[in-house]
Amino acid sequence: MIEVKDLHKAFGEVKAVDGVTFSARDGEITGLLGPNGAGKTTTLRMLYTLMKPDSGQVLVDGIDAAVDPLAVRRRLGVLPDARGLYKRLTARENIEYFARLHGIETRLMHQRRDKLVDALEMRDILDRRTEGFSQGQRVKTAIARALVHDPRNVILDEPTNGLDVMATRGLRAFMRNLKAEGRCVLFSSHIMQEVAMLCDRIVVIAAGRVVADETPDALRAQTGEANLEDAFVKLIGSEEGLAA
Amino acid sequence: MNSALTVFWKEVRENLRDKRTVFSALVYGPLFGPIMFVVLMNVVVSKQMSHAEGPLKVPVIGAQYAPNLIEALKQQGLVPEPPLADPDKAVRDRDTDVVLRIPADYAKAWAKGEPAQVEVIYDASQMGSSTPRERLEGMLRNYDRQQGALRLLARGLSPAIAAPLVIGKRDQSTPQSRAGMMLSILPYFFVLAIYIGGMYLAIDLTAGERERQSLEPLFANPVARWRILCGKLGAIGAFSLASLVLTAVAFTIAGYFLPTAKLGMAFDLGAAFIGKAILLELPLIALFAVLETLVAAFAKSYREAQTYLSLLMIVPILPSIVMSVMPVKAAHWMYAVPLLGQQIGVSDLLRGSPVHAGDIGLALVCGFAAAVVIGIVTAFVYRSERLAISA
Repeated sequence: MIEVKDLHKAFGEVKAVDGVTFSARDGEITGLLGPNGAGKTTTLRMLYTLMKPDSGQVLVDGIDAAVDPLAVRRRLGVLPDARGLYKRLTARENIEYFARLHGIETRLMHQRRDKLVDALEMRDILDRRTEGFSQGQRVKTAIARALVHDPRNVILDEPTNGLDVMATRGLRAFMRNLKAEGRCVLFSSHIMQEVAMLCDRIVVIAAGRVVADETPDALRAQTGEANLEDAFVKLIGSEEGLAA
Repeated sequence: MNSALTVFWKEVRENLRDKRTVFSALVYGPLFGPIMFVVLMNVVVSKQMSHAEGPLKVPVIGAQYAPNLIEALKQQGLVPEPPLADPDKAVRDRDTDVVLRIPADYAKAWAKGEPAQVEVIYDASQMGSSTPRERLEGMLRNYDRQQGALRLLARGLSPAIAAPLVIGKRDQSTPQSRAGMMLSILPYFFVLAIYIGGMYLAIDLTAGERERQSLEPLFANPVARWRILCGKLGAIGAFSLASLVLTAVAFTIAGYFLPTAKLGMAFDLGAAFIGKAILLELPLIALFAVLETLVAAFAKSYREAQTYLSLLMIVPILPSIVMSVMPVKAAHWMYAVPLLGQQIGVSDLLRGSPVHAGDIGLALVCGFAAAVVIGIVTAFVYRSERLAISA
């Protein structure tokens, strides 16, 4: 369960996030939808305590991120915008490094790793150095690395960015699976169809503000548009940055 | 501390796989100093030897005016060469080190018993010209004294009348201390080995990680940033230490290739020296690790960090330069200044002078204290939001 209350963050004159409030519930997939530069990544960065909000509150499973950031990070699995694998390490070593940083003991680590490797179908690349990995292989490794501590809450920043059709489909199935396991899944995207297909709840952000926080059906009803893409354009008030 | 250890091992393992880092830390850094040192010493020494002992070839102008003088000089090892048209230019252009010119009126003055002039033409600003000039002047002085004594004897006087003073020289340097002078550049190579040993790691672990965008996922882990910093500093220090130890070993081996016998010098590059020198250099390992990381944390990219750290390489040279320009007497307080203390201490160890435990202790305490202070500043910089954001 992730709760965000009235977050603000400015970089100099630019108000990147200007009063964002929403909740992402357990057993649901919540989509953070918005055009490029709407403040999605900044919002997520405040969630996983990389940045401090100027004002507002972040609660993860009821823990205040400002009070106990380490406890919050322990409950989060994060795929940041920057995937940043270690090129000179193999996929296995990348995953195990993060597992050790979480203080997971070896036997449990192997168990979790194997489960993720099977779920993400990445057994064949496990012992290759990540240098020269395809975009899809990189995302798989980064996700396995982010989830090896079995977190209740999963944050994915534009997870399907740069993936081909097959990899995207695989990833969607994986996210549905996370939901089925009762986790709270929060992901950001600027691709309409994807959000419509996956999400139980859509939070639309434009210019640092939440302009809608509804189920897909309610969103269509609210805007009076049968097509979600039209509904989206109507909400953010322009067609800027909508290219899928 | 478990997570710091995890970071440490991962960084060591990852960087051992990087050819450039391994080469600069464990090959180039440790070998550059000793090899350059041996080559330089051998070139310098063999050049000095040939200047000091071989036949001295000097172009002579007007040799026909003073056949007796030339004969006497030949007996002392001078080999007269044909005269030059423009001796001043030849000396300035380094075609020859020194030229002897005998004026036309030499014979007339000599016959009258008046002081006869000879000219030694040289360029004092040319390196290496002083030894041949001094040798030529010595030969001329010998002839001068000898002929003067003969003239006195001819008049029934004792030559001792013209030599009221005799100077006796008592050089207090020992073979070891003379070697120490020659080896005063060695402490600098030690410092350089530490600096280069950790440099690429420091760049890679902070600026490099940010550029490859792996710092953000790393900081998303539930580990305090200062622990991550500790692990990274440890890895940098480990590479620096390895580089230092290899350098020390390389110098011990290089010691066998130094022309010590020719110089009549002795020095001790044995295990005791190496042990004490490494102990003395330990604070610099910590100091450079935090300093290099701090600089790398400010840089926006790998290349920028590389530029800054290359410029910063001038810092370890400073004490060596200061000491060679202003040869000050070593005082106890100098051990409290990082770099300066190491320079003095290692020089003393090389010269075979004892270095007191108290001085070593002072160097250790002050060096590590400085490292801790800069370390705290670095930890502060590491906490900034900006550090993790790559894009």
